Amino acid sequence: MNLTLLPLLQQLLLVLAAIVLFLSFVLLAQVRLISAIHAFAWQGALVAAVTAVVAATGQVHHLYFSAALTLALKALLIPWMLHRLTRRLELERHTESLQSPALVTMGAVALVIFSYWLVLPMIHAEMTFTRNIIAISLAVVLIGLLMMVFRTQAVAQVLGFMSMENGLFLAAVSATDGMPLVVELGVAFDVLVAMVLFGVFFLQLRDSIDSLDVDRLNRLRETGGDSQ
Amino acid sequence: MGNFLTGSGWGIAVFQSLLYVALAPLLVGWLRKVKARLQNRRGPSLLQPYRDLYKLLAKEARVAHTTSPLFRAAPYIVFTATWMAAATVPLLVVDLPTAAIADIIVLVGLLALARVFLALAGMDVGTAFGGMGASREMLIGALAEPAMLMAVFTLAMTAHSTNLSSVIDHHLSDGFVLRPSYLFALGGLVLVAIAETGRIPVDNPTTHLELTMVHEAMLLEYSGRHLALMELAAQLKLLLYGTLIVNVFFPWGIGQGLSPAALGLGLAAVVVKLAVLAAALAVGETVLAKMRLFRAPAFLNLALLLSLLGLLSHVILEVGA
Repeated sequence: MNLTLLPLLQQLLLVLAAIVLFLSFVLLAQVRLISAIHAFAWQGALVAAVTAVVAATGQVHHLYFSAALTLALKALLIPWMLHRLTRRLELERHTESLQSPALVTMGAVALVIFSYWLVLPMIHAEMTFTRNIIAISLAVVLIGLLMMVFRTQAVAQVLGFMSMENGLFLAAVSATDGMPLVVELGVAFDVLVAMVLFGVFFLQLRDSIDSLDVDRLNRLRETGGDSQ
Repeated sequence: MGNFLTGSGWGIAVFQSLLYVALAPLLVGWLRKVKARLQNRRGPSLLQPYRDLYKLLAKEARVAHTTSPLFRAAPYIVFTATWMAAATVPLLVVDLPTAAIADIIVLVGLLALARVFLALAGMDVGTAFGGMGASREMLIGALAEPAMLMAVFTLAMTAHSTNLSSVIDHHLSDGFVLRPSYLFALGGLVLVAIAETGRIPVDNPTTHLELTMVHEAMLLEYSGRHLALMELAAQLKLLLYGTLIVNVFFPWGIGQGLSPAALGLGLAAVVVKLAVLAAALAVGETVLAKMRLFRAPAFLNLALLLSLLGLLSHVILEVGA
């Protein structure tokens, strides 16, 4: 494939996808919760932009609707809910130190290479250029997973989970011109319900262990029966 | 490289490298002017850096007793290496006879040579500040160089050459193409340039505060013409990185022939582009505060990550299918 032969909109699509990947790295290494939530919001907005551009290049009209839905949910509503939750839990100034940020980042780079290697046979099967984006979306999914493994803070883990969902959505949009609208609506509301549940879960977690550091769930505690 | 061994080609190559020296203080003057304006000051005149250099050249050069001849030789070596490096970067036109040595890896090597001698001169005097500045400079240099090389490899992979002239030629002949890899390489190179030229988030060029200075700490013992050469080398380095960024990533307007019209257009284009870049740098320096020194590795890690992502996105998105 020669990049110079692609129309400008498709080049824009590749650039947007690459920035989504970069934002995954930002999410992974960002120690401030509020900034991480902002990075997540930007990632959602970019995924929405990718959807809109795919809709424009392929003349697939129902994708405009799912772009708007993604923008509303992932770039505005969910970040807003997370923002409100962190303020309510008084975590605005919370910073979390990764044990070795450079090592985790290099691990994420290795994951990108691994996902490219996985997708390589598909690319060789002479399909459309959007197949390249599958490698990117797979990497976004894996980096979200890595984030859930390495972050101990519950809000950061939820961000990792949500960015995994972003990656899956990106793959669906770029590979198949979008899922049927019913499925998309279902997934969108699934995510929303998950977010509400996570909110309840945060509050419960804080009530029971006085922190959102999930590593502390591993420790045994003596106080079994004392009710407040 | 059709103009190889023609007299006019060499003439313009010499003219271009003289132009580098002539323009470098102007860029710094413009940068200071914009910064002063942003801080509601009038600021010194655009020609102030020239006056400073002239004043320093006229003054007597004093050298401390404890120094070796290296201390005296270092300003000349640093200046010559930086100037050589600058001569390899196309400023006005692409097809010059010097294009044969306009290799990006040579450029990185020449800058490394200048840095080594700067650090050696800093340590040679034996003062605490000189050694401290040298060790900090080498820390930043050691981290910035891999990031710079990665960014360079991204460019080289797209153009299939590490020659700057052919990279620019390739980019020009492709027309306007959005490349994710170029975007990341640009980000990485800008961060490296900020670190290497000692601009604000990494080093503050106007401070002489013991705890924070990096570049200035190594120059503390210099005076007279030695100091003038060192200052000029630093200004030249800023112009070099600026030209590298604007001419590689935004090459439109650069001359492709040796006609006076092409030269004039190239000069006008590069001056406008550099003025815009310097204004952006001034805004960035006004908005940001200087980082602690120990944050610098994180800053340069980001640069390395950006360049690495540029490389990967070139492989994944641009060559893939």
